[in-house]
Amino acid sequence: MPTPAGVTRATLLKDLRLEWRSKDAINSMLFFSLLVVVVFSFSFDPTAEESRRIAGGLIWVAFLFAAVVALNQTWAREIRNQVLDAYRVSPAPANSLFLAKAFGNFLFVTILEALMTPLFIAFYQLRAVGPAWQLLIVAALGTWALVVNGTFFAAMSLRTRSREIMLPLLLFPISIPAILGMVQATTAILTGEGARVWIALLLSYDLVFTTACLLLFEMVLNAE
Amino acid sequence: MKLAFPILGVLTAILLSYALYMALVVAPTEQTMGDVQRIFYYHVPSAWTAFILFTINFVASIVYLVRRKPAADIVALVSAEVGVVFCTIVLVTGPIWARPVWGIWWTWDMRLTSTLVLWLIYVSYLVLRRFSASGETPVLAAALAIFGALCVPFVYFSIWFFRTQHPQPVMGGGGSIDPRMLHVLLINWLAFSCFAFLVCWSRYRLEKVQRDVEQAHAMASLGQSSRSTR
Repeated sequence: MPTPAGVTRATLLKDLRLEWRSKDAINSMLFFSLLVVVVFSFSFDPTAEESRRIAGGLIWVAFLFAAVVALNQTWAREIRNQVLDAYRVSPAPANSLFLAKAFGNFLFVTILEALMTPLFIAFYQLRAVGPAWQLLIVAALGTWALVVNGTFFAAMSLRTRSREIMLPLLLFPISIPAILGMVQATTAILTGEGARVWIALLLSYDLVFTTACLLLFEMVLNAE
Repeated sequence: MKLAFPILGVLTAILLSYALYMALVVAPTEQTMGDVQRIFYYHVPSAWTAFILFTINFVASIVYLVRRKPAADIVALVSAEVGVVFCTIVLVTGPIWARPVWGIWWTWDMRLTSTLVLWLIYVSYLVLRRFSASGETPVLAAALAIFGALCVPFVYFSIWFFRTQHPQPVMGGGGSIDPRMLHVLLINWLAFSCFAFLVCWSRYRLEKVQRDVEQAHAMASLGQSSRSTR
């Protein structure tokens, strides 16, 4: 009997292999990210000093859009081939599936962020006044906050009408404290102020909502 | 039971009229803001009523997830709907009050901002209920309600910290309140609570009847199809 961790790893590797072979989502996401950065550059054309103050917000709004586009296709593959039904009747724990999906999305969105960030730095002439390594922590915590709730709400939106629009409608309000945290932390690091409280907020948000997702996912999976 | 509803309705109407009279006529005029301040007697009780209703929604959602009683699901739905209405009242009376007093329609101060986020969370709850297929809605909605309730402390803390870093004008003012004003405030709150209860009760009965009718239709069509195959 495979362990929960083993099931998670197997499901995650399966998703990654499928994605690597088809390169469906990654190509469209890449181009989408580039477009977002360019559109923002046209919309917000600040001086170097102003840009440091608003870049935190711009970057995270761009990441948020990219995350929503990525999250929307999370479960699409599973529904097409009735994999979800097979999963439900198998003895595999529901949380393994959830974590595999969440990790997959996290990896995916992180790759997108890694591609978009140099573009932002170039277009906005960004330079961090505070400790730049903290930006990595903020990026990880912030991305996880979006992805863990996003994966959960994507599962909840599966059988709703207008599935694609349901995800942002459910995700955005709940994510507001996390978004505030990510944006303020990034801005604080770029402008050299302290980001500690915001990082602590993001960490506690991640812990609380990851726990809630893990506790409630099985019920949501079986409710479909 | 049948008589209780109209009796409560009449009592609520009397209480609301009395509260209106108290708020507009009896309550003392505020020193700095003048008569505009009387909106306070609608703004604050609506907020308290909304918070109570959202708490009821949270509890009912947990009860539903644990016990799976349909009544708990209906209570959750009803309290969210009426709570959103009262929250809307808060968000509308706030700017109406702010405009003459502060000269601005909206400010991102702590109270208004967190009320707005609360409103967004519960509207998204109602959207989920509206858009999902009827079979699994109660479970999904209950899960979302729990997420929303968990989010509330984060909303308050993050906005509070955000605002203490960048101070803005505070609406409504802190400090102590004249005991006569407090008296009128509490009467209005009681009237609003009775009204909220009345509306919830009415909506509960409506929802229950709707579900019973749907179920009867389903049973009837099942009965018809089994008869036809025999």
